[in-house]
Amino acid sequence: MEEILNQYETVHASDATIWFKAGKVEDFPTNRGGCIKYKNKQIAIFNFTRRNEWYACQNACPHKMEMVLSRGMTGSADDIPKIACPMHKKTFSLVDGSNLNGDDFKIATYPVKIVEDEVFVGFLD
Amino acid sequence: MIRVIVVGNGMVGYKFCEKFVAKSGQEKYQVTVFGEEPRRAYDRVHLSEYFGGKTAENLSLSTSEWYAENNIILNTSELITDINRDQKTIHTHLGKTHTYDYLVLATGSSAFVPPIEGVEKEGVFVYRTIEDLDAIMAYAKKIKQKGATEAAVLGGGLLGLEAAKAVRDLGLNPHVVEFAPRLMPRQLDQGASDMLQSKIEELNIGIHLNKATQYIDGKESITGMMFANDELLKVDMLVISAGIKPRDELARVSGLEVGVRGGIVVNNKMQTTDPSIFAIGEAALYNHNIYGLVAPGYEMADVATEQILNGEKTMRETIDMSTQLKLIGVEVASFGDPFVENENVTAIIYENKLSGVYKRINVTKDSKTLLGGILVGDSSDYNSLFQIYNNAMALPENPEDLILGSRDGSEGSSMGSVMDLPDTAVICSCENVTKGAICCKILDESCSSLSDVVKATKATSGCGGCKPMVSDLVKATQKSLGKEVKEVICEHFSYTRQELFDLVKINRYENFYDVLDHHGKGDGCEVCKPVVASIFSSIYNDTANKHVTTQDTNDRFLANIQRNGTYSVVPRVAGGEITAEKLIIIGEVAKQFDLYTKITGAQRVDLFGAHLSDLPKIWKVLIDNGFESGHAYGKSLRAVKSCVGNAWCRYGMDDSAGFAIELENRYKGIRSPHKLKGGVSACIRECAEARGKDFGLIAVEGGWNLYIAGNGGANPKHAVLLAEKIDKETVIKYMDRFLMYYIRTAGPLIRTSTWLEKLDGGLDYLKQVIIEDSLGICETLEAEMQTLVNTFECEWKQVLEKPRLLKRFNHFINSEEKDDNAVFVPLRDQKMPKAWL
Repeated sequence: MEEILNQYETVHASDATIWFKAGKVEDFPTNRGGCIKYKNKQIAIFNFTRRNEWYACQNACPHKMEMVLSRGMTGSADDIPKIACPMHKKTFSLVDGSNLNGDDFKIATYPVKIVEDEVFVGFLD
Repeated sequence: MIRVIVVGNGMVGYKFCEKFVAKSGQEKYQVTVFGEEPRRAYDRVHLSEYFGGKTAENLSLSTSEWYAENNIILNTSELITDINRDQKTIHTHLGKTHTYDYLVLATGSSAFVPPIEGVEKEGVFVYRTIEDLDAIMAYAKKIKQKGATEAAVLGGGLLGLEAAKAVRDLGLNPHVVEFAPRLMPRQLDQGASDMLQSKIEELNIGIHLNKATQYIDGKESITGMMFANDELLKVDMLVISAGIKPRDELARVSGLEVGVRGGIVVNNKMQTTDPSIFAIGEAALYNHNIYGLVAPGYEMADVATEQILNGEKTMRETIDMSTQLKLIGVEVASFGDPFVENENVTAIIYENKLSGVYKRINVTKDSKTLLGGILVGDSSDYNSLFQIYNNAMALPENPEDLILGSRDGSEGSSMGSVMDLPDTAVICSCENVTKGAICCKILDESCSSLSDVVKATKATSGCGGCKPMVSDLVKATQKSLGKEVKEVICEHFSYTRQELFDLVKINRYENFYDVLDHHGKGDGCEVCKPVVASIFSSIYNDTANKHVTTQDTNDRFLANIQRNGTYSVVPRVAGGEITAEKLIIIGEVAKQFDLYTKITGAQRVDLFGAHLSDLPKIWKVLIDNGFESGHAYGKSLRAVKSCVGNAWCRYGMDDSAGFAIELENRYKGIRSPHKLKGGVSACIRECAEARGKDFGLIAVEGGWNLYIAGNGGANPKHAVLLAEKIDKETVIKYMDRFLMYYIRTAGPLIRTSTWLEKLDGGLDYLKQVIIEDSLGICETLEAEMQTLVNTFECEWKQVLEKPRLLKRFNHFINSEEKDDNAVFVPLRDQKMPKAWL
């Protein structure tokens, strides 16, 4: 449980030292999630086409530690882009990873960069 | 400039600042705060959530800018050593001196550590500050590496049980040690404590009552606790939460009066024996009592604020210690006087050991007044009971209805309406917001929604327990103004599901984002997306494959997600009738893909533990052998259960299995506001349990009786008779109309039973619509249903026929691997997902 959680720490775009090529834009579904593997991490990536914005976060829902966030529904709350976990409907801000239901959970978020038609996710190591 | 100095930056000290800046307008006041902890005030009520991953910043009550924005000087990590009352100055441990006009002591309390021999040993902690928690976490990690598994908590009160949960979250087995003969001795009686104990013990938390600890065993660090009866409990860590000790040192050295057992003595203006010095929160001794709850502390902060600003407000004579909370997942509440016992009082007790519920109310002998009570296992009545007690409201004729609900078959609750409460009734006790304050915001039109009211009054922002009541008040007040209160879908659509249904139908929209662009706002969410997808299905019979983006995981992958993120597969077995060949196929599929098998309540077989990428492979084998999707994942028709019927049964009056198969095949795949279940029994012995379903048929002399709107599940409800002794053709006609009318008019995720309860005019009205065609829509309803019946397609088959749809069923985008986090462990000759921690 803890070892899963400890793998995921929020990375800010300005701090990223590694930009991992996750795939091509068309590999990713639109307005819902796709999951990628990076080393031993599972990262959920979301393409919000109407906003022309991409977000990424840990795929593990911190509530029960299952790798399911990429399979949830995207949306927004007060204009904050969010993801709802399919398991028990906990919702998280994709901007800062905070839980939006007032629960004591948080997810790590990662920066996404689109260069031409390729999708990159930023990591520290 | 009037100088106000606040000593202590805990919850109450912060609340004083908040109230003071709000009421003083700040200009002529300078507020300076001293806190000994290194951080800004944080939420100690939710301290245990720190173990669940909340950071100190999450727990913080304010932003770092808040103090500066409000012109408050905050000094953290600085202690006040003494007060010079003649000169009105205070001195800090850094040697600084500050002058005050008013001094507010909000020094709080520290954990009470009983004088037990060996309590200084390593591994013994108190449970009060974030630093304590950090130390506990670090120590737990250390001893776990050495193989330790057991830890104790001293104190079975509120905080002790919180600490026990925290210890459990750290991966150790907690033992709660309590001196008294019961848990939460200040809030619960023996019966309630027993119930709470059994529920907590189910969670593998040890409870040790009546235990006086003699000494702490161990050399340098704790290895056990020795009780008075020479019984040794082996533990490698101890967290003490055996009560609080007011921090009155500063008051003592400054010559302010303190209580015999501690606490700074205050009057009802919260003044100490020096009128320019106030004391609030857990440090204050008011009416010979220390109040260790946050609500009275906030009240004291408000009184001190008013007094300094020359207001009128004083502290009430009696302080209410009612409380409602969730402990380790168990709901617990007590209010008023929970224990009162004398010749003028009757205690009414309801106890259900099966469901783990204990309720007690204390009522005067004349059945007129509620004096207090206790709830364990189900505290949903707390708000209503508390209001009745707090406002001395009239009781129902049979006071036991308050905890049992009325049992004479009449609808409605025994509580009456929230609007019956007096305006002075305190609805939110954390923020002390009255009913009047809430309603007035709606009446004067300064607020027009629940969230407006929350922002304006701060109601519900404390513990949140009053949320349902505040919401009801807002709705009822709006209704009284003749404003239509709509059950809108969510923040993205200001429409009911029925309105949205009509908008989609009339405008022929075919995808979610068109609907959102024309009638909604934002990006949509997990509430409105499936609603719109369901509407598309009901109008065009679109399968889930067409709206992958706006479906939740079950509809997206046409299977049911289970505990470890793998899925289960249910092929349709209409009416529960299956050939030997097909049974063998199911068994072979389960063997081939290593699936756990279970017979469901709806007479089908559920195959569990399928990885995402195996789903299409499993379907292929099933479809090649004549199966199709059973839609166990959809908000749609699930199954029509049947008894064996007159084919075999000596009592059977008709072919129930045959009719069930026919009905299931007719309505299969049809999506609706919520899941639909049916049943067909061939006689009144009702072996198919048809009256526990959304629609049920029972064969009688002269035809079929058609029952509708029943429900098994969480709120069991018997289906009611819509028509009797009708032939099969009429059954199908009425069924088409009933189902379609429900699909058109019900709210999202509303089962037929709830829908019928809320339908204006109820069953009589429904009969007029469906049987007498009072609205003239029956032909349309039947035609719409027939269209859905004619256009059925198996969604599994669709996926297999279109290779581009298969891409969806890979766990990773950049790898062919499966989710390696989905781990299985053995279970009774099969397997299951590993347990959740």
